[in-house]
Amino acid sequence: MKTGTVHNSDSFLKNISSRLGRDTIEPAVTLPEWSYSPQHRVLENATQEELIAVLEKQCQIIHTDFVRVKPENTLEETLNYVIESYGGGPIITWDDPRFEQSGLSSLFERDDTSIWDPSIGDNNIPLAEKANIGITFSDITLAESGTVVLFSGAKKGRAVSLLPTVYIALIPAESIVPRMTQATSIIHNKIQDGDALSSCINFITGPSNSADIEMKLVVGVHGPIKVTYIVY
Amino acid sequence: MSIKIGEGPFHQRVEKGLNNPFMRGAVSSAQERFQQRKASAIEELGNWEEWRSLGEEIRQHTIEHLDFYLNQLSENIIKRGGHVFFAATAEEANHYIRDVVQSKNGKKVVKSKSMVTEEISLNACLEEAGCEVIETDLGEYILQVDDHDPPSHIVTPALHKNKEQIRDVFKAKLGYTKSEMPEELALHARELLRKEFLSADIGITGCNFAVAESGSISLVTNEGNARLVTALPKTQITVMGMERIVPTFEELDILVSLLTRSAVGQKLTSYVTALTGPRTEGEVDGPEEFHLVIVDNGRSSILGTDFQSVLQCIRCAACINVCPVYRHVGGHSYGSIYPGPIGAVLTPLLEGYEDHKELPYASTLCAACSEACPVKIPLHDLLHKHRQVIVEREGKAPVSEKLIMKAFGFGISSPALYQMGSKFAPMAMKPFVGENQSISKGPGPLKSWTDSREFPAPDQERFRDWMKSRAKGGRIDENRYRS
Ligand code: SF4
Repeated sequence: MKTGTVHNSDSFLKNISSRLGRDTIEPAVTLPEWSYSPQHRVLENATQEELIAVLEKQCQIIHTDFVRVKPENTLEETLNYVIESYGGGPIITWDDPRFEQSGLSSLFERDDTSIWDPSIGDNNIPLAEKANIGITFSDITLAESGTVVLFSGAKKGRAVSLLPTVYIALIPAESIVPRMTQATSIIHNKIQDGDALSSCINFITGPSNSADIEMKLVVGVHGPIKVTYIVY
Repeated sequence: MSIKIGEGPFHQRVEKGLNNPFMRGAVSSAQERFQQRKASAIEELGNWEEWRSLGEEIRQHTIEHLDFYLNQLSENIIKRGGHVFFAATAEEANHYIRDVVQSKNGKKVVKSKSMVTEEISLNACLEEAGCEVIETDLGEYILQVDDHDPPSHIVTPALHKNKEQIRDVFKAKLGYTKSEMPEELALHARELLRKEFLSADIGITGCNFAVAESGSISLVTNEGNARLVTALPKTQITVMGMERIVPTFEELDILVSLLTRSAVGQKLTSYVTALTGPRTEGEVDGPEEFHLVIVDNGRSSILGTDFQSVLQCIRCAACINVCPVYRHVGGHSYGSIYPGPIGAVLTPLLEGYEDHKELPYASTLCAACSEACPVKIPLHDLLHKHRQVIVEREGKAPVSEKLIMKAFGFGISSPALYQMGSKFAPMAMKPFVGENQSISKGPGPLKSWTDSREFPAPDQERFRDWMKSRAKGGRIDENRYRS
């Protein structure tokens, strides 16, 4: 990767150092042990079923449809049902092996489904823009806030969860953790291990919204207008 | 737009605010809604005070070692192929950004909400250079379409406008034909702005928190416009105030949790986006080129002073949402893009006392702001310190406090209570607190207050609770305060 450029760092940072009473920029700082850690106690001992229940309840607050795959149904049947209830395609998805692993190959037999394809470059954008529904998996799911965490990448375009009118997140039950704390600590550990960090990590909590006009909530502004989470 | 907004001297702006009944109604109901939402969001956390203490500790540590963390941030960004520009002044920042835009032959710039770009008047600079600059946050967009009406709140900038006014602006400027329903107005903006996102050359964002350990920047939003601004244009420029940084993702968790609860009463906003450098090999969305501009513009001169704690601010507006003076006069009266208690503390520090010396007096020192602040900035103490500095410099208060409070329409004839501050008041007043916990008759300095109106007993029932209980009883009668 090409290294970027930096301008004026020395004079700028030295000025800060001197304002803080130092001659030079501090070479190293160790994070202190913080006096409190309330974040670890949220839903600390919750079982997976309890976390799913918290997620379901939070979905009502964030204007998101919560669907759990029933024992007598497959994920495929459930997803098809949700797709139809939104009036069908066009659909755009990530290029993600989890679709096939989760028995969703039939999704790609539809002629109104496009897969995010790095080899066609910018031509992905109009496909996502015209799509009625965008579908991705959730990489990590936060019960407390009702949030799906997506790590973007070459085959996992940012636009898939952003440009379509409807967004569907497929949530493996085992991806559910109590709150943002667990997700940020996974990310922090990756960084410490020297793993390459995704250029875009999105914490998505329901549909886009705004309260800028007379503080009245409008659901659906620039991003998706409707969102469904399917837990399987 | 720079920090300073509005025309005319301080008392004229206040006068205008007091004479705008829609604005005043909107502000008080907004304050109530913000407060209710925040209350239920923090109640669920159970131990809010621990969260605040943790937030304070993280912010203090980070500011204390700001040189180290900014250096780490910058090194990590260039490793990822991004460019970093440290700007000591607004001019330096603007010129760098303008040069980047011109080097890309950029004609159309889409922006997501950013206080710091307003602070440095970036839009004016880019427009002078011949660019079209489009604000895409709904509130900011409304203000921009309405001939650059200034913002009146840092989270909901168009708070002073009602939906009929917005409809009329849209009709006059955007060929809008539908009703004043917020849904229809928002849909119209969505359709128009979608085209702009798709055709823009440059995306410009602010930054809620940069993350030093990875060279990431984070954006905390609800509308999705910041995601579009950072996904579609080929060049992204992010502008951050130099203090908006956390050491690692683990601290990001805490500060985002405090911010979303305090700002909008949400556990998380719809989108929290962490962006690291330009797009990587093989990616087809996200910017090809990424620039981070880190702005000082007067901030470093706050370091090492009694006012250093103001740099802990995470721009959540919780202090604004509880402030009785803001409620009374509205955002424009402060004459700054940063209104309310945070604005009254920060504006004179960034821009000097000359134009803003009344601001530290735009407070009752009731301490509701300090108690609301999620990172425990002692705002009312800092306001008090400002007053001391001003008196020292000028030999006297700029105008008598009496006149200032009169300008605010509080109509008191003795400033004694303000001088004491509600912190010191309870002891002196306790014997006079009647059954309904408000002071019906006080001695000495309070007498003139109690002659004209009911005044809350400090500490027993603070201003904000008082306002709430009055509002609940449907007895809010703003005229009573004006006497
Ligand atoms: S001073 Fe505190 S309460 Fe006010 S905006 Fe800043 S962080 Fe929020």
